[in-house]
Parts: sequence; C-alpha cells; structure tokens
Amino acid sequence: MPSSRNTLARRIARDKYLLLLVLPCVLYYIVFKYVPIFGIVIAFKNYSLFKGVWASDWVGLRYFKMFIEGPDFWPIIRNTFLLGLYRLVFGFPAPIILALLLNEVRQAFFKRFVQTVSYLPHFISNVVVAGIAVMFLSPTTGLVNQIIGALGFDRITFMVEPSWFRTIYISTDIWQHIGWGTIIYLAALTAIDPVLYEAARIDGASRWRQLIHITLPGIVPAIMIILLLDIGKILEVGFEKVYLLATPVTYSTADIISTYVYRVGLSHGNYSLATAVDLFTGIISFLFVITANTISKKLSEHSIW
Amino acid sequence: MKQRLQAFDIINIVVLLIVSVACLYPFVYMLAVSLSDKIAIAKGEVWLWPVNFNLDNYRYVFEDGRVMKGYRNTILYVVLGTSTSLILTALGAYALSKKTMVFQKQIMLMIVFTMFFGGGMIPTFLVVKSLGLVNTIWAMVLPGAIGTWNLLIMRTFFSGLPSELEESGKIDGLSEIGIFFRIVLPLSKPVLATIGLYYAVGIWNNFMGPLLYLRSQSLFPLQVFLRNIVLSGELMNGEASASSDLQIVGDALKFATILVSTLPILCVYPFIQKYFVKGALIGSVKG
Repeated sequence: MPSSRNTLARRIARDKYLLLLVLPCVLYYIVFKYVPIFGIVIAFKNYSLFKGVWASDWVGLRYFKMFIEGPDFWPIIRNTFLLGLYRLVFGFPAPIILALLLNEVRQAFFKRFVQTVSYLPHFISNVVVAGIAVMFLSPTTGLVNQIIGALGFDRITFMVEPSWFRTIYISTDIWQHIGWGTIIYLAALTAIDPVLYEAARIDGASRWRQLIHITLPGIVPAIMIILLLDIGKILEVGFEKVYLLATPVTYSTADIISTYVYRVGLSHGNYSLATAVDLFTGIISFLFVITANTISKKLSEHSIW
Repeated sequence: MKQRLQAFDIINIVVLLIVSVACLYPFVYMLAVSLSDKIAIAKGEVWLWPVNFNLDNYRYVFEDGRVMKGYRNTILYVVLGTSTSLILTALGAYALSKKTMVFQKQIMLMIVFTMFFGGGMIPTFLVVKSLGLVNTIWAMVLPGAIGTWNLLIMRTFFSGLPSELEESGKIDGLSEIGIFFRIVLPLSKPVLATIGLYYAVGIWNNFMGPLLYLRSQSLFPLQVFLRNIVLSGELMNGEASASSDLQIVGDALKFATILVSTLPILCVYPFIQKYFVKGALIGSVKG
C-alpha cells in the first residue's frame, strides 16, 4: 500500500492549485448542505434552544408518530400531492403544445416575438405574480370579477374559497412557465432532419399528418426526460407562491408540506416536529425520483442516470 | 389543399396571439390603471390606455420611504450576492472540469447528491443562525451562494474549451491559477454573463430567504416590502390622505408599486433574453 499512498500524495501535490480553487466551493457544500443534513438528527431529539443540537435528549420516533397520527397528516400530504399532480397533468403538456405551435410558424419575426413575450413571466417574482393574481381576482375591483359581473353572473370571492385555490395556483404556474418550458423542445425540434418533411410532402402528407408522424416522434426523447424529471418533483411544490396565495381560510386545500413545516417550525418554534415532517416527506420524494427512473428504464431507454 | 393550409396557419397565429396577449396584458392593464385618474378607474373606463393621465400614484410610491429603502437593499444584495456567487461557482466549476484532478469524482458525487437530498428548512436555518448570519446582509448572500445547476452549466462550458490554450499557458510557466485568471476567464465572458444574470434575477426575486433570515425592517429587500404593501394590505402614505374611493386608490397604488419594483427586469429583459436562453440550452444538453 505505501506505493498507492505515495501516488495519492503526489497527485495531491500535483493538483494543489486546482484543489485550492475548488476549496471554497467544497467548504460551501459542507457548511450549507452537509451540516444541515447531519442536523436532521433533531427530528429524533427533543430539540432545546439552550442545549443545542447535540446535547438535546433523544426521543426516537416520537415526532414522526405525532405527525402521522395527528389530524394534519392526511390533509397536508393530500394537498401537496394533488397540487403536484395537477401541475403535472396541466403544466407538463402546455409547453409541448406551445412549442409545436411555434414550430409551425413560418414568419421568423412573429415566432421570435411570441417567444420573447412568453418567456417574460418566468422572470417575474412570485410576490409579483401572487400580487397580480390577488388584485385581478379581487371580488370588488378585480378585473376578472368586473368581467364576470358585466356578463351578469355572480361575483366570485376567489381568494377565500378553498375550492378555487388549486385552479389559481396551477393557472398562474402555467402562465409563469409555459414559454420558458418550450426552450428545450424547440431545441429538440431543430435537430429533426428536414429531409423527412420533404419526403412526407412528396408522399402528399398534410401538415397535420407531418406534425403527428414526424415532428412529435422527433421530440419524444426530450418529452420522456422532462416527464421523468417532473414526476420526480411531484412532491416538491415550491414554498413561496403557496405561502403568498394561501390564507388561513383556504388552508383546507392550500396548506402543503413546506408551508406547514415553516409554520410549525419557525412560527411556533417546534423545530423537531417540523424537521421530522420535512425528513418524512423528503424520503418519500426521494423514492418518487428513483421509482420514476426505474419504471422509465424498464419501459424505454430513457433515464436521467 | 392550399385553402386548408391557410386555415391551419391562421388558427395557429390566432392561438399564439392569444398566448402573447395573456402574457403581456396584465402589465399593460396595471400600467394603464396606475397612470389614470381615480374617477376614471372607478367608472371602469380604464382597460388598455390611461385616462386623464397623471403620475400621482408614482409620486406616492416614491414619497413612501419603504420602496426606496427596499430598492437600496435589493441592489446591495444583488451586487454583493452575484459577485460572490460568480466567483465561488467559477472557481469550483473550473477545477471540477479537470477530469484528472485528484478527488474530482468524489467532489462531484458530493455536489450532485445535494440535488436529490438536503437537510431541509429547519436544519439549514439552525446552521445559518449558529453562524451568526441571521439578520445580517450575509444571510442574503451566503446560504444560497452556489446553485448546483449553475455550477454544472459552467463546468460543461469550461470542459468545452480547447486544451491547447491551457497547454500554451503552461509552457509560458503559468500555474493553474494563472491559467484560470489570465486565459480561461477572459474567454468565458458569455457564460459568466449568463450565469451572473441567473444569480442576479434569483436574488432580486428571492422572498423566502429574507422571510426566514431577516428580522429588521432596515434590512428588508424590495420583495418583502412589496408583499407587505400588496398582499398584507399595509397602507401607503397616499392612501391615508385619499378620502372616498379608498380601494380604487389603493389598487392603483399597488399596481404602481408592483410596476416600480418589476421595472428593471421589464426594461432590460428584451436585451438580455438571449443570454438566458443560451444558459437554458447548455443546461438541458447536459441534463
């Protein structure tokens, strides 16, 4: 073994400058990513501010039991899962359709205009998006309710009706990301061999048939990969927009894992319970990614690793 | 046949126009309302173009100290945060682009693992707190300093640079650090611009960070003030002085506040759009 230790020492000496360059980056990951991972132990302890992480008393699975047997368990899991599922069902196909439509546009200027305009909402902050939604949906002065009123229907109090929360969340989500989502599909579309279209035209295929038989199969690999990534992310519903759009009256549909963890942990100060909830769902989410990938590997050759 | 083709095109163009209008109209409407006279708004006359143009709402927004204070803080965080993030990311990405480097595989594995599993909100908060960063500027800079996705994009870019360039640097007697700063960085302006813009927009729009880590008003960035004014209904100076149509004035003021805080992105966006797209493409090819 001394020879291998020697080569390792020699390699370290050879790469000392590169190691110096990567050092701050490694320190960042250790301090802000790996120390918190070890901090998860507080899920199994009764964390006390005064005793600190290590000295707090072990309580085993008490907080997991408390969460699973508590009244909040099913609503929270269901809300998170349904929000993620609806986002997948409606949010995933939207950019594919838009990309296919853009691909059929012959006027280069018009295509570029639609692209530029539809990418824009991706860069607007969640606070602004939630703000716009709340103001436009306001029952008294909101634009949407003015139109509903003018058409002779009853005004809808969107923001305080639990039944509207998911629709509002999903539609603002599509508004934010539909354009940006097209980029990867448009890139895949440029890789399709133009000869295929020429051959189809000679055979008398209409543009609709070309779309179905050439364009769509051409982007199936991209679609599969994105679908896979999205299924893996089904429980990762972003904190910000839900936190901003939800009010206590809509919690029955709007309270999700991350907002619950925030409320229990930082507002009520129950760090251990909040961490237990986070870990529990983090593990489920991790299993989702792996399952999605395994299934996809079995069904086709597409996988993310 | 020709007739059908044209119908296909027309429907397509109409659908795409609707998409474009849906993306742009909220901004047009907010601009029109915020620039209009409150009587016209109350009558419901404003929907596309300002009626009885006036800048009162914007005057109130600028007279109310919070938006300006938020602006100052946000700009400080964006400048400090983007430069810190870019330096850390570029240094790490360059070293990790050298596949022969000792520990390269182990470090990459360590980094990629964090994309799938993390400590979560509370343990991260406790780390930030125990480092004494809570309620300081650094809480806005350090906890999110490196985006793993951005690091991977930059690494892909660096591995694509021709190795002859670096060989020539070595012959001239430069160390890896010298090669990085004198040869690699000057060639990497496009990727630095792209990733820098990603970081800048991320910090500008960040709301969860300040919600978790900041306590005092004097440190709040724009997004937090914006939430307090638009969503939590904190009153603005102008509203207290307005008498009757409180809600109408309130709405117009809120629209003005939203637009003022989104203006930088709306203005520079058309010019920097191509950098964003370039970054998304490098990322997707890798992913």
